[in-house]
Amino acid sequence: MTISSLRQQLLAGQTTPVAILEQLAAAIAGRDGRTGAYLSHNLESARAEAAHADLTLPLGGIPLAIKDNINVLGQPCTCGSRFLAENYRSPYDATVIRKLREAGAIPFGRMNLDEFAMGSSSENSALQTTRNPHDFERIPGGSSGGSAAAVADLTAVAALGSDTGGSIRQPASHCGVVGLKPSYGRVSRYGLVAFASSLDQVGPLTRSVEDAARILQVIAGPDPLDSTCLEAAVPDYLSGLNDGVKGLRLGLPREYFGEGIAPGVRRQVEAAVQALAAQGAEVVDISLPHTEYAVATYYVLATAEASSNLSRFDGIRYGHRAANPADIPDLYQRSREDGFGPEVKRRILLGTYVLSSGYYDAYYSRAQKVRTLIRRDFEAAFTRVDAILSPVAPSPARKLGGSAINPLDEYLSDIFTLAPNLAGICAISVPCGVTAFDGAAALPVGLQILGPHLGEAMLLRIARAAESCL
Amino acid sequence: MPQPHIDVRYVANLARLELSDAEVATFQPQLDAILGHVETLTKLDVDDIEASAHAAPVFGRMRPDEPHTSLPLSAVLQNAPDQFQGQFRVPKVVADA
Repeated sequence: MTISSLRQQLLAGQTTPVAILEQLAAAIAGRDGRTGAYLSHNLESARAEAAHADLTLPLGGIPLAIKDNINVLGQPCTCGSRFLAENYRSPYDATVIRKLREAGAIPFGRMNLDEFAMGSSSENSALQTTRNPHDFERIPGGSSGGSAAAVADLTAVAALGSDTGGSIRQPASHCGVVGLKPSYGRVSRYGLVAFASSLDQVGPLTRSVEDAARILQVIAGPDPLDSTCLEAAVPDYLSGLNDGVKGLRLGLPREYFGEGIAPGVRRQVEAAVQALAAQGAEVVDISLPHTEYAVATYYVLATAEASSNLSRFDGIRYGHRAANPADIPDLYQRSREDGFGPEVKRRILLGTYVLSSGYYDAYYSRAQKVRTLIRRDFEAAFTRVDAILSPVAPSPARKLGGSAINPLDEYLSDIFTLAPNLAGICAISVPCGVTAFDGAAALPVGLQILGPHLGEAMLLRIARAAESCL
Repeated sequence: MPQPHIDVRYVANLARLELSDAEVATFQPQLDAILGHVETLTKLDVDDIEASAHAAPVFGRMRPDEPHTSLPLSAVLQNAPDQFQGQFRVPKVVADA
């Protein structure tokens, strides 16, 4: 069940948009109780849209699941938070939703996430637990864990997620699906609830690279409502998809293959690298020397931006308001205390601290400068290679429970996915087999491919080649 | 290098978070540990490095200054926890004379 195969069946008259929707609804009713990927869905309104779907459009009649931090007119947008869970309904469509609708797609279902997209396990959702469909005792990854789990569990055809430091790629890796983080500025964020504005991007989670290309084709491009969205023309992401990797130079950064990687992850990623080499790619050793500073840089900048962005949750215009406030500070403080969960508070505190008087230069300014060094590492690398290969995560999915014990360890596990966001480049996670790990027989492993800024066409082409040799 | 120590109560007040004593006790060592890791950035000499506020060269691009349709007032107010006569209602912000 891919977008490509469903589109063929729709155009051949072998199925209808309503039938696809009913099959999904039955699958959700049958299986989502144990996976917990969906926070809600809108079967009735989706049925009405499906009945009038225009099959001539690129995504005509295809239902797509939406991470619950992207606004869809009239639907909830909980962000996995108590703050917005009570009665918020979106008054407008995010630009990506408008574009998907204009391409004939039907937004169907709201997917669980770490609260305000802060986390790597989806355990920070204040609303429910999402489980990995490959092993229900394990995390699906995060923060787009609901999106990844549903696509893997065949309860969604494909989904949208958001990626600030790996939140599309890492759950895609843990659940065995494809996850694409477009380049900074490629896709509009208007209507995405902001976490860290210099890092956030919206992207697809799909069951094939071709499906990811199909969705990117629709959601990419300029938006007058997002001043950070680039004017650059959107190339055809599908036409060169099967051109292969012959003659391409692929870099292996030595800093991404050091200690701390689970043996099965290393084995699967190295096998994928060899398979690409066998198809004619030239594999080159490279260095990204500032890799060891990525986690520290990211957690200063992302939390600083988050502390600023989340100041809008004040209990006045939307969301939770504490009862009987004595005055304005009391209203703010108690509304936020009740509404936010521990990880969100931790990050707001850290971000507020690094921006506060006396610490700004030592932390925030310094991190912005190190960010320049990290960006230059990639710029230098891309003068030598067409793309960079690495694991997505050091280990397959861990067991549920445990992230709250040591947040720093959880942050350090994001090491391979953070730097691409800091550098603004594009990145994709492609399944590269399974491995035994920590008592589990077969858990998915993801290959990460990094491409230069606006290099999505090349990235997808390499990802397609990697996918085809599995 | 001394281990950083964050004054959680002070910062929580800046962030308008009313934390419980238990939360302060939990966050204190966690935030100190994270800041301890952040100290690794001081190993680098960044004196002559320009800061990157954004990842890509996107500069506050302006759209043409033309009026467009805005959300209707009812849509803007639909999620307000408290509203009155087409406005958000908040506690009194001016002290009594």
